[in-house]
Amino acid sequence: MRAAAPAAPPLLEVSGLSMHFPVTEGILRRRKVGEVKAVDSIDFTIRRGETMGLVGESGCGKTTTGRCILRLERPTAGKIVYDGIDIAKLSPKQLTAMRRRIQVIFQDPYSSLNPRMKVGEIVAEPMKVHGIEPDATKRAARVRELLAVCGLNPAFADRYPHEMSGGQRQRVGIARALSLRPEFIVCDEAVSALDVSIQAQVVNLLEDLRERFGLTYLFIAHDLSVVRHLCQRVAVMYLGRIVELADSDELFDHPQHPYTQALLAAVPVPDPSVEASREFRPPAGEVPSPLNPPSGCVFHPRCPIAAERCRLARPEVREVRPGHWAACHEIG
Amino acid sequence: MSPLLDVRGLSTIFRAGDVTVRAVDGVSYTVEQGETVAIVGESGSGKSVGAMSILRLIPSPPGRITDGRILFAGRDLLQASDEEMRRIRGGEIGMIFQEPMTSLNPVLTIGRQITEAIEQHRGADRATAARRAVELLGLVGIADPSRRLRQYPHQLSGGMRQRVMIAIALACEPKLIIADEPTTALDVTIQAQILELMRKLTRQLNVALIIITHNLGVVARYANRVNVMYAGRIVESGLAEAVYHRPGHPYTVALLRSVPRLDRPRQARLDPVDGQPPDLTRLDAGCAFRPRCRFAIEACAKARPSLEPLGKDGHLAACFRSHELGRLLGAAA
Repeated sequence: MRAAAPAAPPLLEVSGLSMHFPVTEGILRRRKVGEVKAVDSIDFTIRRGETMGLVGESGCGKTTTGRCILRLERPTAGKIVYDGIDIAKLSPKQLTAMRRRIQVIFQDPYSSLNPRMKVGEIVAEPMKVHGIEPDATKRAARVRELLAVCGLNPAFADRYPHEMSGGQRQRVGIARALSLRPEFIVCDEAVSALDVSIQAQVVNLLEDLRERFGLTYLFIAHDLSVVRHLCQRVAVMYLGRIVELADSDELFDHPQHPYTQALLAAVPVPDPSVEASREFRPPAGEVPSPLNPPSGCVFHPRCPIAAERCRLARPEVREVRPGHWAACHEIG
Repeated sequence: MSPLLDVRGLSTIFRAGDVTVRAVDGVSYTVEQGETVAIVGESGSGKSVGAMSILRLIPSPPGRITDGRILFAGRDLLQASDEEMRRIRGGEIGMIFQEPMTSLNPVLTIGRQITEAIEQHRGADRATAARRAVELLGLVGIADPSRRLRQYPHQLSGGMRQRVMIAIALACEPKLIIADEPTTALDVTIQAQILELMRKLTRQLNVALIIITHNLGVVARYANRVNVMYAGRIVESGLAEAVYHRPGHPYTVALLRSVPRLDRPRQARLDPVDGQPPDLTRLDAGCAFRPRCRFAIEACAKARPSLEPLGKDGHLAACFRSHELGRLLGAAA
């Protein structure tokens, strides 16, 4: 699957990416008894300067995909070509250089910051590790600059994380991610733990930073409304597979895959008159175990339009409308 | 007819050393029979503490209900004995919490947890309680109830556990259910299933529901009336329709403007509430939202505005400028 005729080559090209975790049994002699296909042969590209959304429910593989790109997991198959280099194959030494270019912002601003370190030390640490800005005075100045860029008072460098609110901590996490001047940031549920009013501030900050530093984001989230607001393109995952991918407005206005349609219908809109006029029936059943996924199309047991062939053959991703890709036998 | 629940001037404080936090500060609202009322607010707004106060589940110390009346079906719950409260909790008032894994007992079977409630509150024998448990699991849409009753909480999915919580809440035919963020820990399709189930059952059984949530979409879809809380107080109250379309408090306006909407195309920027959430240990005599409010005037620093009528159908707002807010918003836009 390829994006619709990009002029420049994409910054990131993921193809056939799979991450299968072995399931073992026994204490003394561990036997492999099965595997969880957390990510099962997915393809997508991200263009330089865009925000790509990756959405889906718990266990769909969106976080594992992000972890593979960060090489926190070594994928079991497939390529992750970043600016011409296949990240999936890099040695630990080569990875260090790559990690300066690809950074991450995590969900939980409470557990992702070391409570024993001052904010200034937290933001400076990546620079120390990578030997950038070895001069302590210059480094301290850079820390203050980064805090200011992220909308924090530079004097916060002397504080500890517990003295700050959730929104301020998330800004510290962002400042840390920016400290190595990366090009690409994986935002894994980066605003999900924040209250509505603070979430909007951080969403705006992420937008500003992308424009200001020419960043590219992979925005992993379960909140579809935030994704619609922030992302230019969106991929929907279900049980380790991408089921639909399109430009953001196209995907949200014309969802094609029955799972995407169910997902969008399930989200209530903050407007009582809109809600009063909406017909809606939540999808039946729950997400099956990835240990023993359904045959054929993994969504068929819950799908309202499933036919015989959906139980038998796995649908491949294909272009169902211009620039709009979906994996379903029954549409188009 | 008097309302099913009438909360008047409820205040709950927490003490830590010489710091006192007014978590709930003079809150008043009513819930009619069979009605769904939402209490919406952000972390620390007092929405959960307020609900826990109704059930008298505030840990003391450090917490204490200092003032108010909670009239439930004609009785003041704050005057009730501990014994009476035990009968009411899980009896006439059912409870559903956010995290079903921590509110279910991990070492008891699902069946035992349901039958226990029925035996204790209804004085039913084991066989009757067991039959009722099967019936309840069927009611909340759990297939194969007899097998499920023999299972333990960890053998169930999150959505399934929340269905069990609903079954327990309904076990003794309550008049009111208090649900504190009942679906926040669940995936969106499961959240929708659980909320639809709660809506169907509360209508069918004519049970009133207080739903505590931070999700403005959930409020819009499910609530008849809504109370917006900020810094321990209700700042706006009314029919969901009125509160969303003609908000009378700048905080409500700010909340509605800061959520991105799934039904609208990408906008340039969100319009967030400026500043940080309020520090409840450092509130002054003025309006708690004042430091973040773009319409604050001198009067806002001097006193906290009380909830006053605004329009019809019991729409209330606690803002000195609520009557001119529509005009101010028009001018600012």
